[in-house]
Amino acid sequence: MDTRHDATPLGHNVPIAERAYRIRRNALLMGEVQGQGYIGQALDIADVLAVSYFHAMRYRPEDPHWEERDRFLLSNGHYAIALYAALIEAGIVPAEELETYGSDDSRLPMSGMAAYTPGMEMSGGSLGLGLGIAVGIGLGLKRKNSASRVYTLCSDGELDEGSVWEAIMSAAHYKLDNLIAIVDVNNQQADGPSTQVMAFEPLVDKLEAFGWFVQRIDGNDMDAVVAAFDVARSHPEPKPRMIVCDTKMGKGVPFLEAREKNHFIRIDAHEWQQALDALDAGRTA
Amino acid sequence: MSTVTTTGAAPAAKPRLKTSAMIASIAAEGQRTRPAPFGHALVELAKQRPEIVGMTADLGKYTDLHIFAQAHPDRFYQMGMAEQLLMGAASGMAHEGMMPFVTTYAVFASRRAYDFVHQTIAEENRNVKIACALPGLTSGYGPSHQAAEDLALMRAMPNMVVIDPCDAHEIEQVVPAMAAHNGPVYMRLLRGNVPLVLDEYDYKFELGKAKLLRDGAEVLVISSGIMTMRALEVAQRLEADKIGVAVLHVPTIKPLDTVAILREAGRTGRMVVVAENHTVIGGLGEAVAGTLLRAGVAPVFRQIGLPDEFLKAGALPTLHDLYGISTDAMTASIKGWL
Repeated sequence: MDTRHDATPLGHNVPIAERAYRIRRNALLMGEVQGQGYIGQALDIADVLAVSYFHAMRYRPEDPHWEERDRFLLSNGHYAIALYAALIEAGIVPAEELETYGSDDSRLPMSGMAAYTPGMEMSGGSLGLGLGIAVGIGLGLKRKNSASRVYTLCSDGELDEGSVWEAIMSAAHYKLDNLIAIVDVNNQQADGPSTQVMAFEPLVDKLEAFGWFVQRIDGNDMDAVVAAFDVARSHPEPKPRMIVCDTKMGKGVPFLEAREKNHFIRIDAHEWQQALDALDAGRTA
Repeated sequence: MSTVTTTGAAPAAKPRLKTSAMIASIAAEGQRTRPAPFGHALVELAKQRPEIVGMTADLGKYTDLHIFAQAHPDRFYQMGMAEQLLMGAASGMAHEGMMPFVTTYAVFASRRAYDFVHQTIAEENRNVKIACALPGLTSGYGPSHQAAEDLALMRAMPNMVVIDPCDAHEIEQVVPAMAAHNGPVYMRLLRGNVPLVLDEYDYKFELGKAKLLRDGAEVLVISSGIMTMRALEVAQRLEADKIGVAVLHVPTIKPLDTVAILREAGRTGRMVVVAENHTVIGGLGEAVAGTLLRAGVAPVFRQIGLPDEFLKAGALPTLHDLYGISTDAMTASIKGWL
């Protein structure tokens, strides 16, 4: 029996680091199905997704549309492989579907789309859409006097899009304290290092000047991620919250971390098993 | 170069008209009008439908949404001069069960925010209603404000219902019909003092239905929006010349009432003229042409519409004459084709 395809959700007492390990593992298994994928990003954001789905957010795996759930918007739709890995781990998407990733008739297309996948709240692919949608959801939740929050994951390259800054301005204008945005600063986008493609630093200063409550952390330090999500949820000011996460592409698989950094990491067929083995070797839980 | 088959009226010697940048009304001198039909209809509808919210991008006053904002201030959202945000946030509102009526100018919704309408509203099939002022050539401000191609862009989007109402009477009925349809809708908005015409024709708007407003033996005009108003005037004028002009009003551009179009265009012996306040590319004219061709119906076919060029700035009556969509120009064109 090929136990590598065992991605059954574990019990609620499993440490978050173990969840992050399993999210990475699910992502690698999906990448192997297609022989490609945004694996570097999936590995770098796994810790943030583990904290989102196994510490911070309220949801019911069996009822993805539960009204009182926290909403999670994947604005950077090309990270879908990472979110699917988390949705499988959370029990929202059955583990058996993992091997359909990117295939005809799969509910797990390579770019995240709302109509395809349980738990996918928006259609990504075109960057710069999510934060504006999150503003509308934040406003809508307040209209309903809902205690739910809206989380939005963006990429650092996405900050090039002007629409992101329209949303940043309006979220502060409307004092959307129910909006928690996460920016994955892995410093890689399609044409090269994000800071070289278009300078976006000093990001914290900019966001604070726009009226946000901002934290910047090592997005691969589990304790820091947990603490930042806790602070973002409990912070008293009527401001939208941003967690800027510095992450490492390929995190958890040393030979991928060391590979020449690329938006779309190339992995040869024989390397998937090596990647899984390397991930297992570094398992901390 | 021009692919247009329109004929402009001969420039008459008349006093030079001044450009009106953002005119409040397209009504002609002495025409019966009703003020802000969209705004008032939305206020009334919102009393019955608590999920309705109004959102705009710094154009509330110029889209008659300010009337809604005054009546329901807690349900009005000013999104600033940011149309991409406007569309994305409207999608988010609809995601939470609200029914946003969003307003801006047609150029901004169709051109600037296209991907946001396409991806966050149409692709996700969100229940967002987009009502846009200055459709087609209803501003003399130049191409920045002349949405000559808004119908083509919106028609090309799956899930999007596209409506081009004629007058105040129709707009009052379109607003509740937009709400009754579950899904995204784009409506061309006439604002300010809006002409009142169709109340005299025992007219009732039905989503997806074309209506024959009058019959005639020689010419069938198929039109939408303000061109139906013009077509009815043309028909009255040509009646004096013993030329019978039928007018089929097609306010719903998508889904198109192909049954009514084929029924009327299939009647032999009539020249078919499609009249639209829109570029001749991709609007009602080509939609009708495609419908006829696919069905093997081949009447004499003419198009009245805006040319494939960046339109001039100037006074609106001057421009409507120049581009062949005034009543005078349209009458001359049809007579010339007969």
